[in-house]
Amino acid sequence: MTATLQEHPVLLTGGEAVAHAMRQLDPDVVPVYPITPQTPIIQTFSKMAADGEANTVIVNVESEHSAMSAAIGSALAGARTITATSSQGLALMAEVVYIAASMRAPVVMAVGNRALSGPINIHCDHSDSMLVRDSGVVQLFAENAQEAYDLMVMAPRIAEHPDVSLPVFVCQDGFTITHAAEPVTLLPDEAVRAFAGAYPADRSVLDAGHPLTHGPFAMPDYYFELRRQQTAALLAAHDVHVDVSVEFERLSGRCLAPYEAYRLDAAERAIVVLGSSAGTVKDVVDALRADGEHVGLLKIRSFRPFPAEALRHLLGDLHEVIVLDRADSPGGAPPLGADVAFALHGYATPVRSHVYGLGGRDLHPEAVRDVFLGCAPHYLGVRGDECLV
Amino acid sequence: MAELKRWDQLSRGGTVAPADVAQPTTGDWRTSGKPTLDYGRCVNCLLCWIYCPDSAIVLDGTTLSGIDHDYCKGCELCVEVCPTGAIAMVAEEAL
Repeated sequence: MTATLQEHPVLLTGGEAVAHAMRQLDPDVVPVYPITPQTPIIQTFSKMAADGEANTVIVNVESEHSAMSAAIGSALAGARTITATSSQGLALMAEVVYIAASMRAPVVMAVGNRALSGPINIHCDHSDSMLVRDSGVVQLFAENAQEAYDLMVMAPRIAEHPDVSLPVFVCQDGFTITHAAEPVTLLPDEAVRAFAGAYPADRSVLDAGHPLTHGPFAMPDYYFELRRQQTAALLAAHDVHVDVSVEFERLSGRCLAPYEAYRLDAAERAIVVLGSSAGTVKDVVDALRADGEHVGLLKIRSFRPFPAEALRHLLGDLHEVIVLDRADSPGGAPPLGADVAFALHGYATPVRSHVYGLGGRDLHPEAVRDVFLGCAPHYLGVRGDECLV
Repeated sequence: MAELKRWDQLSRGGTVAPADVAQPTTGDWRTSGKPTLDYGRCVNCLLCWIYCPDSAIVLDGTTLSGIDHDYCKGCELCVEVCPTGAIAMVAEEAL
C-alpha cells in the first residue's frame, strides 16, 4: 500500500475527525444547525473555516428543517454541500430528507446517532437513523473515529456518482464515537482533494439558459415510476461504494467496504450489528474463539443500501444468525433484524433478534457472550426482563 | 395523450424541461373581460409588470409594450395598481 500518503496518527474524537474530513473536502456550502452530540463536528469545522482553513460558506440556519432545505438548493445549484445532525434534529429534518432523496440532491450529512425523545435523552442509539430508513438515502455506519473519517472522505464520491446522486449519511454513535478521542490517521489534504475530485457540474438550477423544473408534482400516473427510479439509484450505490472503497484502500490501506466479515470462516453462529458495538463483539468473538466456539461477526457499514446478497453468501449456511438492533420497532420487528430475516428468507438459518443499548445503555462484553451462548432475553440489559433460557 | 414512460426512461428525479411538455395557453380562462392598454395615459411605471401574477405584461427592454392575452387570466390586478387608469377591462365581444 502507499504508506507514504499516511500521516502520523493524531488523537481525535470522531466529531473532530469528521470535521477534518470536511476541512479537507472543502465543501462549497455547509448549512447546519447545532445539536448534541453532532455539535462538536460543526463547532470544530466552523473554527477551521473561520481560520481560513476551508473556503466554505457556512449558513447558520434556524432549524434542521431549514438546514436540509438549504442543502437541497445548494446541491442542485452546483455546490458541494455537507451538513450534520442528530436525533430530534433529524426528526425535524425528516420531511426534507425524503425530498432531498427524491430530488436526487447529493448532500453528504454527518450524523451523530442519538436516541429520540421521549423520554428526552442525549445518548446513543440508532432510532434517529431508523426514522428516515425508508427515505431513500444512503446510510453508512462507522465503528470508530477512523471509520467515521474514512467514510466521510468517501461519501461525496458515492453521493455524487451519476448512477446514485442521492444524499449519503455518515453515521457515528453519539458520544461513544463523536466525543471519544482515539488515534486517527488522516490522509494528506491534497490526497483527499484529489480523491474527492470536483463536484459534477452537470446541472444547476441557476443555469437560466437551460431552465428545469425540479421536484415536480407527480400524480398517480408517475409517482410510482419516480419512486422506482429512486430505488434503482439507491441500489446502484452498493456497486459504487465497492468501487470507491477499492480506490480508497489503494490510497489509505484501509478497507471500508459495505460490510466487514470478522472471523466468519467456519463460523456456526454470527452476530450482525451496526456501529461501535462491532468493536465489543469482536473482542467477545476473539475470546469465544479461543475457547473453541465457532462464532463470528458481520458488521454492516452500509445499512442502506443493505448488502443482502453478501449477507446470504456469508451467513446463509450458519447454524444461527443473531441480530443486535440499537433501535426498536414497538409492536413489530426491529429494523436490522427485519432486514436480515428478509435477506435470509428461504434459507434454513434461524434468525434471532435482540434489542440493546437504547438511550445510551452500555453493551457489555458479558452480555454479548450471553447472547452468543443463547442465554439472553430479547431486550438486553433491561431490568425486569428475564433470561429466556 | 403521449404514451406513459417507464421508470428508466424518466429524467433523474423527474426534472422537466420546457421543451418536454405542452405549453397550453390560459387566456381563455378569463371571464371578466380583456385588459386593454391606453398608451396615451401610460407613464411606464411598470407597476402592472411587477404585480402581474402570470407574466402577461410584455416589455420591450424596460418599456411596456403590450399585454399577452394568451396568458392573462383576467385577475384585474393591473387595472387595480395602475396609477393613471391606463388599463381598463373591456368586454371580450366588444373587441
